[in-house]
Amino acid sequence: MKLDVMYFAWVRERIGVPRETIETEATTVADLVRELSAREDRYELAFSDLEALRVAVDQDLTDFDASITGACEVAFFPPMTGG
Amino acid sequence: MRILVQDAPFDAGAELNAFQAGKTDMGAVVTFSGLVRDLPEAPLRHMLIEHYPGMTERALTKIAEEACARWSLGDVLVIHRYGQMAPGDQIMMVATASPHRKDAFAAADFLMDYLKSRAPFWKKEVTADGSDWVAAKGEDEEALRQWQQG
Repeated sequence: MKLDVMYFAWVRERIGVPRETIETEATTVADLVRELSAREDRYELAFSDLEALRVAVDQDLTDFDASITGACEVAFFPPMTGG
Repeated sequence: MRILVQDAPFDAGAELNAFQAGKTDMGAVVTFSGLVRDLPEAPLRHMLIEHYPGMTERALTKIAEEACARWSLGDVLVIHRYGQMAPGDQIMMVATASPHRKDAFAAADFLMDYLKSRAPFWKKEVTADGSDWVAAKGEDEEALRQWQQG
């Protein structure tokens, strides 16, 4: 399936693009992370410490076990610092 | 309820006056303003705030709806800027209106705690020495746990 993957803050800087559309068969966020990490070093580096990352599927904050089947967009970012 | 996410500066006084105008059934309005704070160790050139368009508005609306479910509120205002800001610039404001003071204070406090770590904003501080993303603090998550228990 086609999936929009978005990156924010230092995750975006490490990966080098704010968003990309990928073709994937991953069914969970964790699968997607494994798939991307295997592609290139910049992904492996960005995803090296999942404790330091947060994920949203279709703009809802969730966890790495979450399903992405049928999702339109997945976003990876560090803990938020609003206010 | 009014949620605004914008890069433009805003007039906090005018926003407050507009927010409380005509609220004859509300006895209390509480506001909080967040400003860009300069760094004592290295003067800040500017702060950059990045956000996730779409999710930001969704997350802020959800947080405001939770506050309305939890306390007796007549209205909620959240304005949060993104983009480049200088020390002293206003980043954001929240305002809550309630028939009673305690609900207005508690709801504003709740909104700020949730907005800090559940709305998708990220701050970067730029100084003469370089730039760094602001790290989230453990106490931010602790503040949310307190609300979940209380």
